[in-house]
Amino acid sequence: MADIIKASTRDGYGNALLELGKTDEKVIVMDADLAGATKTGVFKKAFPEKFFNAGIAESNLMGVAAGLSLSGYTVFASTFAMFAAGRAFEQVRNSIGYPKLNVKIAATHAGISVGEDGASHQCCEDIALMRTIPEMVIINPADDVEAKAATIAASKYEGPVYLRFGRLAVPRIFEEESYNFEWGKGKKLKDGTDVTIVATGLMVHEALKAAERLEVEGISARVINIHTIKPLDRHIIMEAAYETGAIVTAEEHNVIGGLGGAVSELVCENHPVPVLKVGVNDVFGRSGPALELLDLYNLNCTHIAEKAKQAVAFKIVPQIKEHDLE
Amino acid sequence: MDLDLKRQLQINACKVRMGVVEGTFCAQSGHPGGSLSITDILTYLYFVEMNVNPKEPQWEDRDRFVLSKGHTAPALYSVLALRGFFPFDEIKTLRKSNSMLQGHPSMRMTPGIDMSTGSLGQGISAAVGMALGAKISKKDYRVYTALGDGEIQEGQVWEAAMFASAKKLDNLVAIIDNNNLQIDGTLEEVNSPYPIPEKFESFGWNVINIDGHNFDDIDFAFKKAKESKGKPTAIICKSVKGKGVSFMENNASWHGKATNEEEYNQAMNELKQTLSELEAE
Repeated sequence: MADIIKASTRDGYGNALLELGKTDEKVIVMDADLAGATKTGVFKKAFPEKFFNAGIAESNLMGVAAGLSLSGYTVFASTFAMFAAGRAFEQVRNSIGYPKLNVKIAATHAGISVGEDGASHQCCEDIALMRTIPEMVIINPADDVEAKAATIAASKYEGPVYLRFGRLAVPRIFEEESYNFEWGKGKKLKDGTDVTIVATGLMVHEALKAAERLEVEGISARVINIHTIKPLDRHIIMEAAYETGAIVTAEEHNVIGGLGGAVSELVCENHPVPVLKVGVNDVFGRSGPALELLDLYNLNCTHIAEKAKQAVAFKIVPQIKEHDLE
Repeated sequence: MDLDLKRQLQINACKVRMGVVEGTFCAQSGHPGGSLSITDILTYLYFVEMNVNPKEPQWEDRDRFVLSKGHTAPALYSVLALRGFFPFDEIKTLRKSNSMLQGHPSMRMTPGIDMSTGSLGQGISAAVGMALGAKISKKDYRVYTALGDGEIQEGQVWEAAMFASAKKLDNLVAIIDNNNLQIDGTLEEVNSPYPIPEKFESFGWNVINIDGHNFDDIDFAFKKAKESKGKPTAIICKSVKGKGVSFMENNASWHGKATNEEEYNQAMNELKQTLSELEAE
């Protein structure tokens, strides 16, 4: 077996910015005193005249990015997810979303895998927050290759995009040479007939491992990678609902309002089948090494496989016993 | 300033005030008080200061204006209409469900609006971004933004003020409409932002204090602002909330309510009287 390459999605973002700096003169990058961590520092070093630091002032970061976009620039505004989607939510909604401006909110350090910094910095609410802004595009890539491609694709799209990146180096799933980012499209990574695992971000790799385990136990699991959470690829999800009759979602985010919420809403309104969610179970995180935390909060292949089995079991319509009605 | 020009500006401002009263009366809501206090400034901006083209509202090299105090949109709409961006009669549709004139400015719906605003404290940041954009592109256009004096209680204003001076945005002018009243009372009663000029000075701004209803003052201030090198300019305008309508002047209760029919008639009669006196001069 070949060595597994590990890289963070924020690294993919930094690499994409570097490429965009060379190819797209309209690209400007902004940060809020986290350029080293968000990887915009890579761009800053190469293109200092196209980089602007707002300092520790995320509200103004979003507003200035909005104004720059109105001068014809494609602006990437970066900070941690907690501050981009959380602290500056209203600026993103009113100064970027409502006027539909060409700003890419590139948020890093999303989710529990921030690790040792603890709950104050582990944003598991950003997908839910961003989903409620009309016409906001939300992209949560699974590895650094996808992160790079998504960033470049976002630069070519005219309008607001929320790009969600992680701190942790995660196993590379895709090959850079062959990877093709399809805007708004889910990707079937493994076919299956009994249940579908719909995963996003670092949970995609876990979903693939879970499917292998399930295979051994005689359960055929389909795996779908959803990088674009909004607009959601309705076709690939509904196809899974019809063809496999049960779905498990997996995300490094609160089980409320994220990918699981989006899939549930869609499936429930069109062809209700069991949708079970793997995610942070509506609790705050805590300090610890990222990999330990992912296990502690059940964000792993073992838990996905368990949920998949439950989902398959749910497919059998339960018989109502008389004592249930008493 | 030239006397004929001054009289013409006073006439235009009076017509704008009529638009404010008309629009908010038709809507039976809106914010006449702060609209009337910023009217003279907006009139000067669009009829003297700013390089704009009503036939091509999106013209790339135009000067930009951001109404950070977005609730005073009726004044901006009236000025834009009078300047020819759209028919003046549109003001009667203000805030109605089929109107392009939203309760707060929407750049996607109204020609001449350069930025959607309304949530206080945010417009100035967008203006700063536009001014920075002009610098990066080496373009000559200037950027103007108007803020309420209560609005500067928002922390984002000071984030933006710090950034604008750090980036030496001398193509940016922020107008502070200092009418001393906000919804819940006087600024001091609510949460005093005073002294305002010193605050902007300490943030590295070029500060000019004027009477916001005196066109000679206004003319002086905007000319002076153009001379500023390496610093953004804040023009602090002493103004009267409800200016031009006797019973609205200096009365916080007119921040966000419309006239009834009797009040509407009285207000319009006062403004018509002012207009005829100006036109007779």
